[in-house]
Amino acid sequence: MSDFINFFLSRSNQIGNLTLQHIELTIVAVIAAIVIGVPIGIIITRFKSLSKYIIGLANVVQAIPSLALMGFLIPLFGIGSTPAIVMVFLYSLLPIIKNTFTGITNIDSEILEAGKGMGMTNSQLLRLIELPLSLPVIMAGIRIAAVTAVGLMTIAAFIGAGGLGYMIFTGIQMYNTQMVLAGAIPAAILALLIDFIIEKIEIKVTPKGIKK
Amino acid sequence: MIEFKDVRKSYDDGKEIIKGINFTINSGELFVLIGPSGCGKTTTLKMINRLIEPTSGKILIDGKDITKGDPIELRRNIGYVIQQTGLFPNMTIGQNIEIVPYLKKWPQQKRRERTMELLRLVGMEPEEFINRYPNELSGGQKQRIGVIRALATNPDVILMDEPFSALDPITRNQLQDELFDLQQKLNKTIVFVTHDMDEALKLGDRICIMKDGNIIQLDTPEEILKNPAHGFVENFIGKNRIWSNPDYIKAEDIMINNPVKANPKRTVLQAIEIMKSNKVDSILVVDGDEKLLGIATSKDMSKKEGSKKLEEIMETDVITAYNDDTISEILKIMDEKGVGFLPIINKEKKLVGLITKSSLITVFSKLYS
Repeated sequence: MSDFINFFLSRSNQIGNLTLQHIELTIVAVIAAIVIGVPIGIIITRFKSLSKYIIGLANVVQAIPSLALMGFLIPLFGIGSTPAIVMVFLYSLLPIIKNTFTGITNIDSEILEAGKGMGMTNSQLLRLIELPLSLPVIMAGIRIAAVTAVGLMTIAAFIGAGGLGYMIFTGIQMYNTQMVLAGAIPAAILALLIDFIIEKIEIKVTPKGIKK
Repeated sequence: MIEFKDVRKSYDDGKEIIKGINFTINSGELFVLIGPSGCGKTTTLKMINRLIEPTSGKILIDGKDITKGDPIELRRNIGYVIQQTGLFPNMTIGQNIEIVPYLKKWPQQKRRERTMELLRLVGMEPEEFINRYPNELSGGQKQRIGVIRALATNPDVILMDEPFSALDPITRNQLQDELFDLQQKLNKTIVFVTHDMDEALKLGDRICIMKDGNIIQLDTPEEILKNPAHGFVENFIGKNRIWSNPDYIKAEDIMINNPVKANPKRTVLQAIEIMKSNKVDSILVVDGDEKLLGIATSKDMSKKEGSKKLEEIMETDVITAYNDDTISEILKIMDEKGVGFLPIINKEKKLVGLITKSSLITVFSKLYS
C-alpha cells in the first residue's frame, strides 16, 4: 500500500496532467454529443417515422466494440485525440438522443394540447413546455453518457490521445500494477465525480413544480 | 355567435365522425355539447379553435370564416379549459394564468394585475397562490385556475372540454355553481362539453345532444326534459328525469286543460246540469273573454233557487296560480291556503286550466306506473 502511495506521489505531476487531459477529452466529446444529440432527439419527435431509423442507427453504433470502432476511425481521422473524441462522441449520442426523444414524447398529450389550444406556436411549445418538462430525462441521458465516456476515454491512450489510459496501458505492458492503479483509480473517481456533479445540475434544472 | 354550416369530418380511413352538422351558438349563451363517448362532441368543440380541421363545411365566428385567418391568433382569442391536467406543471399558478397574456406580449405589470384580479374573482388569495405550483393545489383549486386562465385576456368565446369530470361530486357541484355565477356576471359565449346530463341540465342555456356524429336534439333543458326526442334521448337522459328537476315542471304541464266552465249569466239549474254531465262538483265562471270571475260549487248552489244567476251566488275570492308556476310552488299554495283545487290563469288573467287534488294524484301515479 505504502509502495503505491509513494509511486503515486512521485508521479503526481504526470497523473495530474493526464487527469486534466482526460477531463478535457471527455468534456469535448460529451458536449459535442449534447450539441448534436439533443436537437436530433427533438427533430425525431417532430418526424416520428424517422425516430425508428435514427435510434436504430445509434443502437448499432453502440453495439460496435469500442476498439473496433476506433479501428474504423483511424483511416478517417488518423491517430491522436481526434478519433478518440469522435469515438466517445458516437457512443454518447445514443443515451442523449434516446432520452431526449423519450422525455418529450412522454409528456402528457393533454398538456401539449392545452398549450396548443391556447395559441402557442411550435417553438413556444418546445421552449415553454416540452423542454422544461423533459429536462430531467434529458439530463439523466447526459449523465449516463458522461459517466460512460470517462471510462471509454481510457482507450484513447491506445492511439496516442493521452489521458489516464496512458498510465493503465503502460502499466499493463510493464506488468506494473501500481501504475495501472494510478491510472484506474483517478479514472474511477473522475467518473463518480462527474456523476455527482451532473446529478446536482439535474436537480437544479428540474422545474420546481415537477419535483417529487 | 358561432355558426356551423354543414360541417363534416372524416378520417383518412374514410370513417366519418361528424356527419354534416348545422347549428348556431348565440352570443352570451352557455351551450352544452353532450353525448356518449365517440359521439363527436369533443371533435366538434376542437374544430372551433382549429385543433381539428373539418373535412368540409364552414365554421363562422361573428360571421367570419375561421379558416381564413391564422390559427395561432384565433386560439389566443378563444379561452380554452380542459381537465385539470391542462395546467402546466413546470409553471407557477401566476405563470399559468398569465400564459395567454404573455403570448400576446402584454407588459409584465399589466399581466400581474390581471392575474391578481382573476384570482380574487374566484376567491383565491393572490399572495398565497400566485407563486405556488399546480401540484400543491387540490383538484378543485386547479380547475378554478384552469377556468380563470381561460378568462385572462377576456375573450368572448370560451371552450370547455369536460372541465369538471375529474373532480369529486361535492367539488364538482361547487365549481358548477361558481361557473354559473361567473357566467351571470361575465356573459361569455361558452361551449361546454360534458357526458354528464345533470351537469348539462344545471348549466346549459341550450343543450345539443349528439350521437354518432349527428345532432339528435338541440333545445333548452326544459324542452329536452319535457319533450325528449324519441328513443335515444329518452334513454340517454333517463325516463322521468324531469322529476328530479321539479323547477322545470310547470303548472301548465300538469293541469287539466279543459276545466268545466260556465258563463256568469247561466242559471243555477243549468249549472247543475253541466256539472252533472261532466261529473264534477264545482264550476268555474268565466266571461266571454275567458277571464276568470269566480267559482261556484255544488254546496253554493244547493240552497239557492234554480233561477238565480251564477254571478249572484259565485265566490269571487278565488285563489289562483299562473301557468308558469312550478309544481313546487303549486303544492305550496295548495298546502298553505288549504284548497283542493287551483284554477290556473295566464298573464292576461284568462283561465287556461285547473289543478285539483285528484288531478295531482293522477300525475304522480304516472310517475310510478
